[in-house]
Amino acid sequence: MTRKVNYSASLCRHDFGLLHARIKDAVAYTAIYLAAFYAVLVLAGIILYVFAKGFPVLDLPFFTTVTSVVNGTVGIAGNMVNTVYIVVLTLIAAVPTGVGAAVWLNEYAASCKAVRLIEFATETLTGIPSIVFGMFGMVFFGTTLGLGYSILTGALTLSLMILPLITRSTQEALRAVPDGYRDGAIGMGATKWHMIRTILLPSAMPGIVTGILLAVGRIVGESAALLFTAGSGYLLPDVGSGLVHKIMESGGTLTIQMYLSMARAEYDTAFGIAAVLLCMVLAFNLLLKLLTRRWNRISR
Amino acid sequence: MDIRLQQADYNRAQGEASMSLTGKRSHTQRIEVLAESVFTVCAFFAVFAVFAITLYMIANGVPAICRLGVREILFSSVWKPTAADPSFGILYVILSSVAGTALAVLLGVPAALLTAVFLAEVAPRPLAAVVRPAVELLAGIPSVVYGLLGMLILNPLMYRLEQRLFRGSGTHQFTGGANLLSAALVLAVMILPTVISVSETALRAVPEQLRASSMALGASRIQTIFRVVLPAARPGIVTAVVLGVGRAMGEAMAVNLVSGGSVNVPLPFSSVRFLTTALVSEMGYAEGLHRQALFTIGLVLFGFIMIVNILLHRILRGADGP
Repeated sequence: MTRKVNYSASLCRHDFGLLHARIKDAVAYTAIYLAAFYAVLVLAGIILYVFAKGFPVLDLPFFTTVTSVVNGTVGIAGNMVNTVYIVVLTLIAAVPTGVGAAVWLNEYAASCKAVRLIEFATETLTGIPSIVFGMFGMVFFGTTLGLGYSILTGALTLSLMILPLITRSTQEALRAVPDGYRDGAIGMGATKWHMIRTILLPSAMPGIVTGILLAVGRIVGESAALLFTAGSGYLLPDVGSGLVHKIMESGGTLTIQMYLSMARAEYDTAFGIAAVLLCMVLAFNLLLKLLTRRWNRISR
Repeated sequence: MDIRLQQADYNRAQGEASMSLTGKRSHTQRIEVLAESVFTVCAFFAVFAVFAITLYMIANGVPAICRLGVREILFSSVWKPTAADPSFGILYVILSSVAGTALAVLLGVPAALLTAVFLAEVAPRPLAAVVRPAVELLAGIPSVVYGLLGMLILNPLMYRLEQRLFRGSGTHQFTGGANLLSAALVLAVMILPTVISVSETALRAVPEQLRASSMALGASRIQTIFRVVLPAARPGIVTAVVLGVGRAMGEAMAVNLVSGGSVNVPLPFSSVRFLTTALVSEMGYAEGLHRQALFTIGLVLFGFIMIVNILLHRILRGADGP
């Protein structure tokens, strides 16, 4: 009799334990779904809010004029041109260096120690915050090299910042090139440089382009590293030789202009620029997705 | 099409190689040597850059320490750089950065880990296809945009909370919602993408057998995730958290406008100034000793980041090994 009672009691306890575990599971599932939902909600909230506040500001003069008290215009044309300048100059400086570094690391490097040193340096560059890059750029490019507050200073600073990105994505792409390609080319008598130029780099092109797109996204969104290097000029360059001189003049990108507008409590302009920036981010992401999908299909 | 192109390249390569046998050798060789040396220079460029940055940060950050003394600058809490009798104590600035980062990680990492679990373990395909791009997009949003929204949405809410909490308090300085907690909340969102994507990778790298064995022993899916998969992915998750710490510590623009900006003891509801925001807001006009002191702040920030980097390097190398 007593035995039976004990048995049912333990059964009961067992049931209770199971129930307890079930409840715990349910709580955990809820938490997990909530967390994921939260991430999506934050993104959707940001995009909707910025678009709702920003799109009413956007009209043609906003894109085609510069802010001027005399003409009574509020516009970001100068900042858009500056952004293009900075993106192009940064890529000109960083892409060859980054790709070259990746080629050396993957194809030439013989000493393990050198590779480890370079990879450590690359990792370190990734971790350095942009404001530190900004300070370094201001002192080194701006003062030591005498470039002052200029688009060139800003671009050179940013090129240090995106160097790891380019190096890493190129390295990954080079690693994915089958060794047979290399052996085949070398076996047919191609020199190493020739093999790199005609076989490896073209095969690694999708990876390199991905890296460049990611880098452009970062440059467009960057602000802290540019505040004290490229300055905050917002005028359009003169057509002609002014286009070249512009490189040595100060020029604020869209993000810098947005920051300054916020600091001056001109929230309409800030939201307008924010909407433009978000559109660019969305476009880059979409482009990246489409390209990756295409390349995956081709390689399959 | 690719193969045919490469065939043509092979042929050309062969042609050039055979030409080099008939006398152009020295030219080809010269190009080879040139190419290799150019690549070598490119490769060591990152090392030069890190070396130069370290050198410049130290060279510019140390003079203020020498002039004022370590105690006067690092362990004094009075920051009045523009007063008639200026003082340059950055203790509160350092503590604010540490507190803000810790709070952001505390708030952000649990949500990020759960989202990573969702993506790697739980999510049905269609849902993952929504959440993953959303996380990627969050990473791409410029930090000034986070700052703008923090300033216009979060700060007013925080102000209301502040008014409710401190009603009748005679000592509290009202901040209008721009305080340490606001900054930490913005930072918590900003570190989400990094922590999520790195820990998701770590979770995916856990071998399937571990899950299968755990389930075979009668554990539920959730028990498996929390008792088996997460512990197995620990090195990767630690990496993710450390990366998050680095990001939160170095973020400047977004927090500059939501954190208030006066140098204070880092309490949740007081207006604070971080290492990064001190640089952003004062570098523009600082001169003389003030400027040097700002570079010292930069050096401290750089020191923190280097510690984070070295920690990260250690963890990654440890994980690669046994």
